[in-house]
Amino acid sequence: MVVADRVCKNFGALKVLKGVTLTVERGQVLCIVGPSGSGKSTFLRCINHLEKVSAGRLYVDGQLVGYRERGGKLHELRPRDAARQRRDIGMVFQHFNLFPHRTALDNIVEAPLHVKKMKKNVAVRRARDLLDQVGLSEKADAYPAQLSGGQQQRVAIARALAMDPKLMLFDEPTSSLDPELVGDVLNVMRDLARAGMTMLVVTHEMGFAREVADQLVFMDDGVIVESGNPREVLANPKHERTQAFLSKLL
Amino acid sequence: MVTAEESAPAPINAVPLRHPWRWASAIVILAFVGLFLNGVATNEAYSWPTFWKYLFDKRISLGAWNTVQLTALAMLLAIVLGVSLAVMRLSPNPVLRSASWVYIWIFRGTPVYVQLVFWGLFPTLYQSIQFGIPFGPSFVHLSLQHISFYFGLSVIGLGLNEAAYMAEIIRAGISSVPEGQTEASTALGMSWWMTMRRTILPQAMRVIIPPTGNEVISMLKTTSLVVAVPYTLELYGRAHDVGMARFEPIPLLLVAATWYLAITSVLMVGQFYLERYFSRGASRKLTSKQLEALAQAQRVVGEHP
Repeated sequence: MVVADRVCKNFGALKVLKGVTLTVERGQVLCIVGPSGSGKSTFLRCINHLEKVSAGRLYVDGQLVGYRERGGKLHELRPRDAARQRRDIGMVFQHFNLFPHRTALDNIVEAPLHVKKMKKNVAVRRARDLLDQVGLSEKADAYPAQLSGGQQQRVAIARALAMDPKLMLFDEPTSSLDPELVGDVLNVMRDLARAGMTMLVVTHEMGFAREVADQLVFMDDGVIVESGNPREVLANPKHERTQAFLSKLL
Repeated sequence: MVTAEESAPAPINAVPLRHPWRWASAIVILAFVGLFLNGVATNEAYSWPTFWKYLFDKRISLGAWNTVQLTALAMLLAIVLGVSLAVMRLSPNPVLRSASWVYIWIFRGTPVYVQLVFWGLFPTLYQSIQFGIPFGPSFVHLSLQHISFYFGLSVIGLGLNEAAYMAEIIRAGISSVPEGQTEASTALGMSWWMTMRRTILPQAMRVIIPPTGNEVISMLKTTSLVVAVPYTLELYGRAHDVGMARFEPIPLLLVAATWYLAITSVLMVGQFYLERYFSRGASRKLTSKQLEALAQAQRVVGEHP
């Protein structure tokens, strides 16, 4: 589903990603962990072309992200085609980024109605099902400011799911939540993983990674330092940087 | 074991704080205002009979109506043009960006009075406007040599000037919307323009409305400058002409001021409702409707423990 081949990203002279290579199969869950500034979020943002890749190749579902290869040369995609690629990739942000001027329900139907041109009653029915799925069916008419952080993040997940994505990206979805609200969000994500969604999750929740991930990647300084089965990596990390990072967490 | 019934404390019924100095200062100020009003009422030079006679004069009220029309049309032009200019300035396209910058540079950088005089001279510079293929046939022919065209020129002059200011107000509003909103919209597959229209502009409105209300009120009064075009059938022009004809400018100026103040007051009411509409979702405070529903639910629970 996701194939990254030596993906590099520079911001001017600053090298944030220095060649990331990994593969995520359909239905797999990949957790990315690592210290802040290691390039985890940047890599995630490259996958739906919120950031342009500087070197290397990145494929989602067999399609090159953000470019078209023709005659051995890469051509930038037109904005419209880039937008079409993003529709199939759901993204959940650390700070939720819900639309504050729309109710929970309107947040969810926004993209299906206006991007996919779905019929209104179909979109609303689907949105209510999704709200039910994330346990917030009675909050349909609440504005984001009236919801707790955990509730907002669950609405944000429902909003991303409403586009029926092939792939979900989670960028530290629980990092700005109060500890007692983290569980609700992780439960929703766990259910999603069990239902067979392909997921890339940048997280600091090692318990979640150990339980749900098929693959764990430890990133530091723009490269993958160590990867493998989460239970093995977390129990006996081989690399000293992984060891140092994990010992600080526990 | 203490039940909730027994331990509930009595509601607080405290003696309110006294404010003697507030009362004293209010009385002093009222005394001064009274003295001033008495002076104004008894001073013959204000000639109040003339004021009352002309307050609802047909010429004056028609002038006021023309002023309202000028204000509305010029603001409409300014807002439409201002949104386009602001969006152009923030667009990824460098051609649009520079075009907008040059427009704002010129129209904000020269006085509105000079611009109005210039628009008044427009028919001298160009006898007519023709729409068609350059050096080819023309389809529409507009003569600019008609006297009634001065109203249109006033609207254009005021509107084009105001658009430069509106563009900056709208740009500030757009910039006030957090970047995450654009990212979330982009990630959902929205185009740049749809993001602007559905996500950014509605949120920017909350920041845009108060200064825009200011600009409408300011425009109402700036219309008095269109005598420079020259267009004199608006409120100030009419009051001035009538006052000069009677050699009594002061009561007629007061008439004009009263009308401006009345129209401004109506505009302020409109602004209040607009602000309330666009601030929905901005506060976590519950609306009175939601509070009522919650209180209702509490009562129902209380009755069936």
